[in-house]
Amino acid sequence: MSNGPRDKRMSIDDVVAELRDGMTIGIGGWGPRRKPMALVRAILRSDLEDLTIVSWGGADVGLLARAGKIRKLVFAFVSLDSVPLEPNFQRARQAGTIPELVELDEGMFQTGLRAAAQRLPFLPMRAGLGSDVLVNQPWISTITSPYAAADGAHEELVAVPALHLDVALVHLNRADKHGNATYLGPDPYFDDLFCMAADRAFVSVEQVVDTAGLTVDTPVQRLLLSRMMVSGVVEAPNGAHFTTCTPDYERDERFQRAYAAAAGGSDEEWATFEQRFLSGDEDAYQAAVAAFAEESK
Amino acid sequence: MSTESTTGTVSRADVCAAAIADAFRDDGEIFASPMGMLPMLGVRLAKLTSNPDLVISDGESLFLAGVPPLFATGDVVEGWIPFRKVFDVVAYGKRHVMMGATQVDRHGNQNISAIGDWSRPKRQLLGSRGAPGNTVNNRTSYWVPKHSTRVFVEAVDIVSGVGPKRAKEAGPGAATYNDIHRIVTNLAVLDVRGADDTVRLLSVHPGVGLDEVRAATGFELDVPADVPVTREPTAEEQVIIREVLDPKGLRFKEVPQPEEQAR
Repeated sequence: MSNGPRDKRMSIDDVVAELRDGMTIGIGGWGPRRKPMALVRAILRSDLEDLTIVSWGGADVGLLARAGKIRKLVFAFVSLDSVPLEPNFQRARQAGTIPELVELDEGMFQTGLRAAAQRLPFLPMRAGLGSDVLVNQPWISTITSPYAAADGAHEELVAVPALHLDVALVHLNRADKHGNATYLGPDPYFDDLFCMAADRAFVSVEQVVDTAGLTVDTPVQRLLLSRMMVSGVVEAPNGAHFTTCTPDYERDERFQRAYAAAAGGSDEEWATFEQRFLSGDEDAYQAAVAAFAEESK
Repeated sequence: MSTESTTGTVSRADVCAAAIADAFRDDGEIFASPMGMLPMLGVRLAKLTSNPDLVISDGESLFLAGVPPLFATGDVVEGWIPFRKVFDVVAYGKRHVMMGATQVDRHGNQNISAIGDWSRPKRQLLGSRGAPGNTVNNRTSYWVPKHSTRVFVEAVDIVSGVGPKRAKEAGPGAATYNDIHRIVTNLAVLDVRGADDTVRLLSVHPGVGLDEVRAATGFELDVPADVPVTREPTAEEQVIIREVLDPKGLRFKEVPQPEEQAR
């Protein structure tokens, strides 16, 4: 038997044990779509603090902000889509509980990750020019093109700084035990870019299959992550709940409404929600979610 | 529904839909990117009438070959437009986005980030999303369903979308492709080609007085000597809106009929 690539399977708690206070963590997905929520929930249960979170944000940001885990947030928006404004994020911003903020245009965010993935200090871009992105983040500089335009002028562009990550957390549909992973839904989002911008990337998936199984019923173009980008693989069924993980499941709108109502409600209402859903481990969460779903039947 | 047209008058929502369609009429073969219900309705109306070359999406990740009703699925697909490719098209420039706006100021700057001081806002909104990039890369319009002094303010609290004056001040890197095309509201159609790059009134909707628009605008509007009335949708457009694109009348939730006309 030949030696194959290494087996990177690990548990949710193994991943969290790799994290340290003060780390910069990129969270994949997009808003309320295919977020690595099981890993986010594990961070909520941990003692980790002073994190820098880099995310096209949804409830991942809301939950971490509510739990006081975020020292610095890099964002372009935070939204639940069907609930446009994320109540926990809104509360944290209005109460001033996130010490440091970096608000970027959502395309700048991609450019910053791309710069990090290419090991460049920055990449040039138009986005940000003239807007308050450059006023509120005065440390983001512009750069003058060394090349003359047709009219002889040298354009001044934003030098989008690299968004280097210590760790990337992403959730996909399937992976093998080595870290090759496919997305089966409509959009890859930027999960490959998050992994390449990070020193280490951990991918949770709905299902771990053998390598041949990754392409047995799926075009090879859906293989978004190569194992060389991935440090660890976690099988976490329903691990993106309550965000989308098409085609395995769509967003749990009823649960999201309950989350948003609790997050936007009184401290007691939030405590009740936390007690019911977030006080135990991932299995307890999934059991509580199943019981919640039963109620509506 | 009581908001359907009465005594031969056209509903305000349908006037808005036609005005939005007109904003996309001369765009040619570009990606029309509407944010929100009325912009989606207007873009699809344009594709079925004045500009069949428009490229439209399902708002998720697919380019649609046909023109389905609002929020319908299952149409023929002609392309793939995940978020990463949206950013490519923004930089490529063949795109016209119609965004919402929590605030718009006299110089056509837009805010969707937060109300109050950025460091600790009174009210946190979405965040600036793609507005900074959109406004210096591709044609951008705004849809304001409720024209009021809360929206139209002298100076926005946070500049998400960049108006032409600020773009010019930032240099050619920002100004070359800055193109704030139209601001369509429930009362009027405006642009940002007034004196000193300010918001200018282009037309007022049927049944709306100039004073009403002025009173609902929190800054001095550039008002030409002769302000026309926004055109009414044609009979064909009304049939398309009513029977094809929005048979359920969802548009009236966003633009209710003014009371005077509904009576």
